[in-house]
Amino acid sequence: MTVQSPVLGDHLHLVADHEHHHDFAGTTTLGFWIYLMSDCILFAALFAAFAVLRGATAGGPGPKDLFDLSYVAVETTFLLVSSVTYGMAMIAAERKRSSATLAWLGITLLMGLGFMGMELHEFAELIEKGAGPDRSAFLSSFFTLVATHGLHVTAGMIWMVTLIVHVLRRGLTEANITRLTCLSLFWHFLDIVWIGVFTTVYLLGVA
Amino acid sequence: MSAPVHAHGAPGANDNHDARGGHGDARSYLIGFFLAAVLTAIPFGLVMSGSLPAGTAGPVCMVFAAVQIVVHLIYFLHMNPKSSQSWNGAAFVFTLIILLILMVGTLWVMHNMNMNMMPGMMSAE
Repeated sequence: MTVQSPVLGDHLHLVADHEHHHDFAGTTTLGFWIYLMSDCILFAALFAAFAVLRGATAGGPGPKDLFDLSYVAVETTFLLVSSVTYGMAMIAAERKRSSATLAWLGITLLMGLGFMGMELHEFAELIEKGAGPDRSAFLSSFFTLVATHGLHVTAGMIWMVTLIVHVLRRGLTEANITRLTCLSLFWHFLDIVWIGVFTTVYLLGVA
Repeated sequence: MSAPVHAHGAPGANDNHDARGGHGDARSYLIGFFLAAVLTAIPFGLVMSGSLPAGTAGPVCMVFAAVQIVVHLIYFLHMNPKSSQSWNGAAFVFTLIILLILMVGTLWVMHNMNMNMMPGMMSAE
């Protein structure tokens, strides 16, 4: 009797812990989802500001003079492909294949780097042409909106490197899969925001 | 997931976890990728070839974007009609309403103000 009750106690404790873990994963993704929804509202404010200011070029260059759609199409491809490769990483993670997960995460990271490289190159060219954020209200809102998206992508890439290290060191633990799930939400969300960017900023600007 | 977990007060969170966990399906991502690629290529093609009159290009691109966002939500984020009954779905619907008020409201108010502050009107007074 005296031996059994601590064992039973331990067992109960384990069960409670196990359920706690499941609940933890569920509430973590829900909490992260709610963060994403608030981020959506942040982007909506920037989109609204851009929509209001897009005609305010102050005699400076407008969208038609500045944007190259084929360049933007390549950027878009990088981001879209990275969404799919991240999806593949999640599938591999669910099947507990850590080397495949790492490989897909690595490819996703490269796609993200390609995207950010192109965006920074575009910004540098614009500023060099004298079309920096200080030129007109249109360009201020353009840089604010697009660079906020770019900062998010950069943050996502830093997070991805962190998770690669986590998976390398501890493998695909439950906690790591929860982290990967949160980043997958974030990454797909950024791709959705980019649809808004290339449509309202680039396509509508040039059309 | 056992019943006690659901009793903890965040049923949506777990449904949501299940939905995502259950979608270990490469096909879903590939269908999503194909649809998204088509829905991106068409508006880019239309604008780059200049085959649409200036007035209609905007709305057409917006429709393609809206459809593509739905495609991403379904095939990449694995949302489904059922998720509107869970907590993450409720948060999503609430956010959509806020987005609509924020963006339509801003454009409406600022457009009105622009109309009322036209330089022509100022000089006419």
